[in-house]
Amino acid sequence: MKEANDVILRTVSKAAVVIILTFSIHLFISGHHRPGGGFIGGLSFVAAIVLLFLVYGIDKVRRNIAVDFKKVAGIGVLISVFTGVGGMLAGKNFLYQTFGQVHLPVFGQTELATAVLFDVGVALAVIGTSLTIIMSIGDDR
Amino acid sequence: MAYFYQVIALPFITAVFVPFLHKRINPRIHTGWFVLFVPLILFCYLCSYIPIISAGRIVHLNLPWIPSYGLNLTAHLDGLALVFALIISGMGFLVTLYSIYYLSKFKEALHNFYVYLLLFMGAMLGVVFADNLFVLYVFWEITSISSFLLIAYWFEREKSRSGAQKSLLITVFGGLSMLAGFILLFLITGTASIQALMNKVELIQSHPFFVPAMVLVLLGAFTKSAQFPFSIWLPDAMEAPTPISAYLHSATMVKAGIYLVARLTLLFGGAAEWFWLVAGVGLVTLFYGSLNALKQTDLKALLAYSTISQLGLIMSLLGLGSAALYFGAGKEGTVYAIAIFAAIFHLVNHATFKGCLFMVVGIIDHELGTRSIRKLGGLMQAMPISFLLTLTGSLAMAGLPPFNGFLSKEMFFAAVLKAGEMPFFQMGRWGSLLVFVAWLASVFTFVYCLIILCRTFLGKQHTEKLKKKPHEASFGMLLSPIILAALVIIIFFYPNVLSRHLLQPAWEAVLPTFAGAASLQYEIKPWHGFNAALLMTIGVVLLGFFLYKTFLKWRRFLRLYPHRYTLNNLYIWLLEKTEVFSRAVTKRYMTGFARDYLVYILAFVILVVGGAVYLFNGFTLDFSRNSAVSLYEILLLLGMVSCAITVLLSQSRLTSVIAVGGLGFMVVTFFVIFRAPDLALTQLVVETVTTVLLLLCIYHLPKFKKEKSPWRFKLVNGVIAIGVGTVMTLVAFSAYAHHLFPSISGFYKNSYQLAGAKNIVNAILVDFRGFDTMLEILVLSMAGLGVYTLIKLCLTRREEHEGSQ
Repeated sequence: MKEANDVILRTVSKAAVVIILTFSIHLFISGHHRPGGGFIGGLSFVAAIVLLFLVYGIDKVRRNIAVDFKKVAGIGVLISVFTGVGGMLAGKNFLYQTFGQVHLPVFGQTELATAVLFDVGVALAVIGTSLTIIMSIGDDR
Repeated sequence: MAYFYQVIALPFITAVFVPFLHKRINPRIHTGWFVLFVPLILFCYLCSYIPIISAGRIVHLNLPWIPSYGLNLTAHLDGLALVFALIISGMGFLVTLYSIYYLSKFKEALHNFYVYLLLFMGAMLGVVFADNLFVLYVFWEITSISSFLLIAYWFEREKSRSGAQKSLLITVFGGLSMLAGFILLFLITGTASIQALMNKVELIQSHPFFVPAMVLVLLGAFTKSAQFPFSIWLPDAMEAPTPISAYLHSATMVKAGIYLVARLTLLFGGAAEWFWLVAGVGLVTLFYGSLNALKQTDLKALLAYSTISQLGLIMSLLGLGSAALYFGAGKEGTVYAIAIFAAIFHLVNHATFKGCLFMVVGIIDHELGTRSIRKLGGLMQAMPISFLLTLTGSLAMAGLPPFNGFLSKEMFFAAVLKAGEMPFFQMGRWGSLLVFVAWLASVFTFVYCLIILCRTFLGKQHTEKLKKKPHEASFGMLLSPIILAALVIIIFFYPNVLSRHLLQPAWEAVLPTFAGAASLQYEIKPWHGFNAALLMTIGVVLLGFFLYKTFLKWRRFLRLYPHRYTLNNLYIWLLEKTEVFSRAVTKRYMTGFARDYLVYILAFVILVVGGAVYLFNGFTLDFSRNSAVSLYEILLLLGMVSCAITVLLSQSRLTSVIAVGGLGFMVVTFFVIFRAPDLALTQLVVETVTTVLLLLCIYHLPKFKKEKSPWRFKLVNGVIAIGVGTVMTLVAFSAYAHHLFPSISGFYKNSYQLAGAKNIVNAILVDFRGFDTMLEILVLSMAGLGVYTLIKLCLTRREEHEGSQ
């Protein structure tokens, strides 16, 4: 991406990226009961980063977010697989999920589900893969 | 019985850790020292089974693998499996010990070597213990692959690569036909367990698939055991490091075919086809191998041909022995059954003396830098221990006392004589020819044994032709061949100890129907009186000596056979022609244009999807349950259509991309109207990201311009476009009209009660259909890595290209 002389876009995106990232985390967490989930959450996270790419250029973003997204994708897949194995350790089938009510200090009575852990894997895999593809295609050399 | 599977899996488990160990300890300590304990433990552990097996018991263990398909890792441990397993682990130990001194820890990629070696060891044990035919096949192919990797161990040599390729092509071809044979057996009987097959011999033998199944299985056995005409891969496999030649290509892997034939003798034996195929091919191989061995000047190639010939001998003994099943248990049958006993006995003997010879040749190669007998000679003074070892090995192979080869060679002659005089299987006049061929091959064997011994160690020294001054090898390197040579002699003096504990149970395992009748008793004796077999041996020695003395005079007759018409050239010709042919075929459709590939894919979609809908009368229109169409929907539809038309007509890429994006966003709106928030959200983000991706891609594309294309080109495009559109529309309508699957409304209740989630879509994704999701993200990640690799490859290649300019 070329450096674009676009003050409005730069200024807006600085705020917008924070909002999109917060929204994506919200989408991810609320997935259990309301629209959202790992896939959508991951994708909107990607959308925020893509906005950064467009505004600041890939190289600049890559310098500031020094993460190898191929590894993120791999870790995501591994997390999903290992939550499945967790079910086996408890003597149940592979990928057996469970849930329960837990009392947490700040959140109060909360429902926690192992499916969320699985969803973390999904989200990471989606983020890792999409950004790997976009960054390798967008690498303008 | 305890820990059987754990011990058998030890090579595989160790193979995982070898590279890490190698990284940490090499070159301080040779990696081989850590691998050495694996075959040692295996050998000791398997020895603990000898008392059980020799008491006539059989160990049968079961470990479910994929029980729903009836695929179980059943281990069947009987005498035959134990003999092979002991050879595999015992030779494995000696070869690993030898390799520690043979392979330099500074120069070689030892971790690769030992990983492949352990892989082979584990797979070979799997082959001999597996009771399920298909499990056996899997292990069988793993041995082929590890052999391929080991032959190509010095892959920078062109000959290593071609040898490895040849061995893989031939053995995998055989393996595949063997698989076809197994499938036929499975179709006949409905079971894949070898032990269960044994109870259905009559059913199999009367089935029309009997002969095809037999031929296919034999193809597998013959290619693996380098029988004529598939033997051509073995001499080329000698490009592998010598420890591997001693281990895989003389003692173990090439005997897998023999194991298979022995294991299935009860199934196919007694049929004339089996008798003639196995015994005939065996004898031809015996003769072919011994004759070709005479032509060789490279010691390792000579040993390779001698291995081919010895394998032929064992194979023919198994074939002759199968006649026992024709006669059935009884006095007549037992006479032939002895041939099978001789086969097992010679198999053990061959492992000892050939292993010893290979290791000595390896020593000569290692110390002198050459294996050509033209450059060697007179090494007796410099290498006295190697000389004694060669003496033991080659005279055992020639079949002289006091070495174990004498015993089994006598038994071979006895078996051939017996088969020669018996009028059955249309034997008739062929009988005497059989005896003559076997005898003549033994004469040649005797001659090349003398060549190995005398041309290398006796005569004049050609010091000027050698790079290094001849000297004896280190003790560590000599240890393994010394142990083998000692075995050669010990077995001659105490053959019946071996026989009682191992050979007898193995014999009974091949012929279980005879074992019950208690007619399988054989005492190995070195002295039978002056019978025909002994006279034949004396004849071999006399004629052999004469031929060796006059070898230089008649050697040129061996070269009379035109070089152009060898099997090797046939193989090369076939390989070249296949390459040319397949390249021609591939070039016809792999044009390199994305547009052509799209045509294939879309035409395929039209044919298969449309064809399926048409053939199964799937096309239905049913609008009776439609709800009313609202104004919003009509407006959205109009917007979508106009977007689609804009894509078609637009003059710039940017407009097209935006129009495609607009189309997507209108689909999102549809999802919102139809109250599918999850879908709408997903589609929304996907559309955004894809549009950005498309914009990024524009960067890389050439300048947009209208192309004048011929009308035929446009016609094909038009037909495909209209076809795909029509088929997809029809499929969508039909899908709506049919009710093939139960309603998913049950998930509303399930997702709350079972998964604790109020969002049914998410509950289905992560819980009820978690397996699908897991595989989906796996595929997604792989696709991502694929894109990354392709683009990186492209970039580096471009950089290299620019760099070279």
